[in-house]
Amino acid sequence: MLRYPRVVRYAARRVALALVVVTGVVILTFVLADLVPGDPAATWAGPHASAAQLARARQYLGLNEPLPARIGRYFAGLATGNWGVSIHTRQPVLSDIGTAAPATIELVIAALIIAVLVGLPLGLAAARWPGGVLDNVVRVAAVLGVSMPVFWFALILQLLFAQRLHVLPVAGEYDPSLLFTHPLADRTQVPVLDALISGNWPMLGSTLEHLILPALVVAGYPAGLIARMTRAQVLDTLGETHVQMVRSLGFPERTVIGTFAMKLAWNPVASVLALVFAYSLVNTFLVESIFDWPGLGSYTAASVSTLDTPAILGVTLFIAVVYVLANLAVDLVQAALDPRVRLR
Amino acid sequence: MSPPVPAPPDVPGRPPLTARRGALRLTALRLTALGPAARRDPVIAAGAVIVGLIVAVAVLAPLLAPFPGDAGSAVHPADALQAPSLHHLFGTDQVGRDVFSRVLYGARVSPLVALFVLLIAGLIGVPLGVAAGYFGGVTDEVIMRVTDVFLAFPSLLLALAFAAVVQPATLTSLTIAIAVTWWPWYARLIRGQAASVAGRPYVEACTALGLPRWRILLRHVLPNSLTPLIVQVSLDAGGVILTSSALSFLGLGAQDPVPDWGLMIAEGENYFSTQWWVATFPGLAILLTALAFTLLGDGLRDLLDPRRLLLR
Repeated sequence: MLRYPRVVRYAARRVALALVVVTGVVILTFVLADLVPGDPAATWAGPHASAAQLARARQYLGLNEPLPARIGRYFAGLATGNWGVSIHTRQPVLSDIGTAAPATIELVIAALIIAVLVGLPLGLAAARWPGGVLDNVVRVAAVLGVSMPVFWFALILQLLFAQRLHVLPVAGEYDPSLLFTHPLADRTQVPVLDALISGNWPMLGSTLEHLILPALVVAGYPAGLIARMTRAQVLDTLGETHVQMVRSLGFPERTVIGTFAMKLAWNPVASVLALVFAYSLVNTFLVESIFDWPGLGSYTAASVSTLDTPAILGVTLFIAVVYVLANLAVDLVQAALDPRVRLR
Repeated sequence: MSPPVPAPPDVPGRPPLTARRGALRLTALRLTALGPAARRDPVIAAGAVIVGLIVAVAVLAPLLAPFPGDAGSAVHPADALQAPSLHHLFGTDQVGRDVFSRVLYGARVSPLVALFVLLIAGLIGVPLGVAAGYFGGVTDEVIMRVTDVFLAFPSLLLALAFAAVVQPATLTSLTIAIAVTWWPWYARLIRGQAASVAGRPYVEACTALGLPRWRILLRHVLPNSLTPLIVQVSLDAGGVILTSSALSFLGLGAQDPVPDWGLMIAEGENYFSTQWWVATFPGLAILLTALAFTLLGDGLRDLLDPRRLLLR
């Protein structure tokens, strides 16, 4: 009876907190941008702009107004779907994000699928034979994954598999020459899904091929984290009385770990997934430009080099919202999976 | 196998001074156990040795580097982009500087950035955390809600946003951008610890004895709250080095003549398919450094975690 309102109240509280957070970040970024030298109007007007053109650019971008007025206008804009105009693309930031986000989310989700498929079994195997060879290999591999500079790893894999061994494509989302023979039906903005939905098999193959390298790079950190979390959690659970009882009843070790210990291990893995989702989202920033992936990362990299504050703010806000929603979703899923988890 | 464990610091009725010294001594004792632990666990030993090596390289860079001048803005067009050889162990970069010398000097850049970031983050986070944990109430609420704002974001994103608006980018702006996003973690960590210490009998004894609150805070609560910070800082050092290298790679940190590893990778990216050495060796340096701090931090956590100590 009370379950439903409690969930709603919980979600509302979390969203309210998120709004406070986002507000804080916007104000902080505005203040920082205001404190430091550097003139976005100069970028907007171009290097050879006259004083009058500069003044007009400042007027157009609203840089002449006092700081609180600009912050106020920005918030008013946020509410009405006007996230400002990007200085380097000269398009509304929100539509830019709408164009770039699907590619990034495709990349992150592919990476997380790889991370779970690799990390979970490795963690389980490490917990099955703690202290064994495999456990130590997993431990070192996990630490390697956490310590890897992703942008460098991306370059190395690209050099090795694309430029030296020629087994995988160098960059891009798909082979553009395929567009002539097998045009892509644009339904979801995500080429993999579009190709799959429309049964465009050559294109599907090409998109998957292009996805492997960037997804592998982004998957490194989450895979390591998931393996370590799973190992720790399963080892913890194996000490619990209900598992000991199952074991004393003579169930084979495979059943003990696979069925009973793993059930409880799902929870921390789920919570770590929300965490690494955001982390990976940001990691794509470092990887996308290397693989010419047309997502938020490439967009942000271009924004950074052109002092495009509205675009940077927009991307930050977008990721903040995604992050909060992902966390909320995981909390709710966790509560559904494990009745011992209380929503507060 | 476990080292001798001294009496726990929070035995009721013990004089507070002993309690404070006890906590520090306990930490120190567990740290001295690092030696035997390293012998037992080659992974921790490797971490400690590599961290030591990196510090040594940073200090001795002018003596070790074959071409110390190349760490700066030297230009040797005739030697540009030469493959690794005995003369240039790691080859040369696009303006003919010795990559080996620059990688060695790089040990003075991002590890130093990490040191300052952790120092600043600690100097902001620890006092706020201790105050929040010890005083509780409104102080606690205000400080913790502010940290909520920061912790709700991936720190790399926040650092990126801050570093991006603070132009022109320098190592200083980079350090500040990362430190601004890093302190809330320490405030959180210390707050939890301080809140639990504040409720212990020896702190109550201090209050009953009529000691001033600032004195209790500084001499009793603070020292007893610091142990988890040691672990976190060494685990974080690797993360900060990765973050600062990533931001420098994006052009938001060190600028050209500075031999920063991330920046060197960005510079080598253009030549990477044919001249692989320019970007490969700085990347290896980042990996090795981050790896060493992670391994060391893991080892320290195992040593300083009292539960683990009892289990062994």
